[in-house]
Amino acid sequence: MTPALAIDGLGVEYDDFVALDDVSLTVAPGESFGLVGESGSGKSTLLRAVAGLAPVSAGTITVDGNVLGSKRDKAFYRKVQMVFQDPYGSLHPRQTVDRLLLEPLAIHGFDDAEERIVRALDEVGLGASFRFRYSHQLSGGQRQRLAIARALILEPSILLLDEPTSALDASVQAEVLNLLEQLRATRNLTFVMVSHDLAVVTHMCDRLMVMQSGRAVEQLASTDLAARKVTQDYTRGLLTASEGFRRDPA
Amino acid sequence: MSTLLDVEDLRVSFPTRTGVIEAVRGVSFTLGRERLGIVGESGSGKSQTGRAIMGLTAEHGVIEAKRLDFNGTDILKASKAERRALRGKRIAMILQDPKYSLNPVMTIGRQIVETLRTHEPVGKAEAKRRALDMLAAVQIRDPERVFGLYPHEVSGGMGQRAMIAMMLIAGPELLIADEPTSALDVTVQLDVLAILNRLVVERGMGLIFISHDLRLVSSFCDRVIVMYAGRIVEELPAAKLSEAQHPYTRGLLNCMPEIGADRHPLPVLDRKPEWRL
Ligand SMILES: Nc1ncnc2c1ncn2[C@@H]1O[C@H](COP(=O)(O)OP(=O)(O)O)[C@@H](O)[C@H]1O
Ligand SMILES: Nc1ncnc2c1ncn2[C@@H]1O[C@H](COP(=O)(O)OP(=O)(O)O)[C@@H](O)[C@H]1O
Ligand SMILES: [Mg+2]
Ligand SMILES: [Mg+2]
Repeated sequence: MTPALAIDGLGVEYDDFVALDDVSLTVAPGESFGLVGESGSGKSTLLRAVAGLAPVSAGTITVDGNVLGSKRDKAFYRKVQMVFQDPYGSLHPRQTVDRLLLEPLAIHGFDDAEERIVRALDEVGLGASFRFRYSHQLSGGQRQRLAIARALILEPSILLLDEPTSALDASVQAEVLNLLEQLRATRNLTFVMVSHDLAVVTHMCDRLMVMQSGRAVEQLASTDLAARKVTQDYTRGLLTASEGFRRDPA
Repeated sequence: MSTLLDVEDLRVSFPTRTGVIEAVRGVSFTLGRERLGIVGESGSGKSQTGRAIMGLTAEHGVIEAKRLDFNGTDILKASKAERRALRGKRIAMILQDPKYSLNPVMTIGRQIVETLRTHEPVGKAEAKRRALDMLAAVQIRDPERVFGLYPHEVSGGMGQRAMIAMMLIAGPELLIADEPTSALDVTVQLDVLAILNRLVVERGMGLIFISHDLRLVSSFCDRVIVMYAGRIVEELPAAKLSEAQHPYTRGLLNCMPEIGADRHPLPVLDRKPEWRL
């Protein structure tokens, strides 16, 4: 089967700084793939490179069998959409929910905007009463639902999720994670999801890649991580740290 | 255990044009030389509780309490000068984001030195030596170099450690740490907790550790206070968190994904109006 996303030998350089070095991965259609690692390890850079927002210096990115060039066209954004961590930064605060959802539809020339907006709001559990509110009047969880609605309104098949729940309370995080899982199932979406939280990634993803300093440390199945079947000390360290504080480190 | 802080019926409210916001609604607890965790969702009043004790409530805020006693000093009755003397010297607070707490146009070393010298009559050389010692104590590997750097020249984890060094330089008896590690990587987070832990164990400092992360708090603290809508809904020994009775506490614990658990969908909080009472 043709992979939904294939990355081969990807390198990204900012001036002289190597942010990604020879990273490769393959994600099957309908699969959920996770990226974990400490801050600065290159997780966001990888997603941004796929979205055409990072200076790629080496390697290839293939979506549904098509090798991407240096520019992303409209067709790409109908297939691939991104959701960011900060629900405050990624949505214009002085626009209504309606405007924010209409914009991508207008850019892509959809004529059934009305119907799509109503359906999108319903799907993410926001309801029609939110439609004419300003985005700054929404709570963090509501804004993240809106960001998801906006990403999904063009019916993409691949969703790139960059720490989508890191800014949210645990209870709100659970609601958003449930929403994402349910949408993935009903729409047969492919996810690539970044998180610094191992528990979130193993909950949401079938497989994951551990990153450090712009390189892949290892790739493994979430079930293997949970069973501590890891091959690298770095991964083992992350796993131990995620278990919380120990009074008397052995 | 001797009581360091005694808080009884603390209330913090903010009058606004559309009515009064009651941020803290009758919080009571005591603290000894121990690690006390305050957990709860955002908006539950954790920071406002810490700020009221520290004397950092916004100007238009109204603080009331039956008792707010720090080691024999009535914090509410203290004069501005007395409170300023308390603040920094005997009570210190670490804020969540070091970017807002460190002065961007002053080197890290100079900030620590100045903080020390406002609280203690020490000479320049002595102040510098103590600042370097403190940077080393918070596990900064190259104190001499970091001393001369500006806040934007260090990583988030390093900035947070520098901030902690600054708060600890005057040797406070009570430290209020407001989400001190939320912005840090898990491994760095544990380093910072180890530093705080040592201060409690070795120096007998009292620590109020504010966090939204119930699991982290239960692994680190001795006791935990759970807040909801400005009130304490439950207080329990950290080791007994799994035996929590209140549905809010249990809901917060349950809704977190866990490595190795296979719960789809995750249980969500079903908020009850009576929790607010
Ligand atoms: N626009 C940029 N210019 C220069 N360096 C950058 C830029 N964006 C990211 N970096 C650097 O690339 C590295 C990886 O960053 P990032 O992908 O954001 O990490 P992560 O998402 O894993 O925290 C970091 O060291 C970061 O400072
Ligand atoms: N300066 C202020 N004016 C009005 N309301 C405020 C102010 N500061 C905080 N609040 C309100 O007080 C409540 C508690 O806030 P806070 O203590 O910061 O919560 P937490 O730290 O638990 O997230 C919130 O509803 C918040 O909106
Ligand atoms: Mg990132
Ligand atoms: Mg707070």
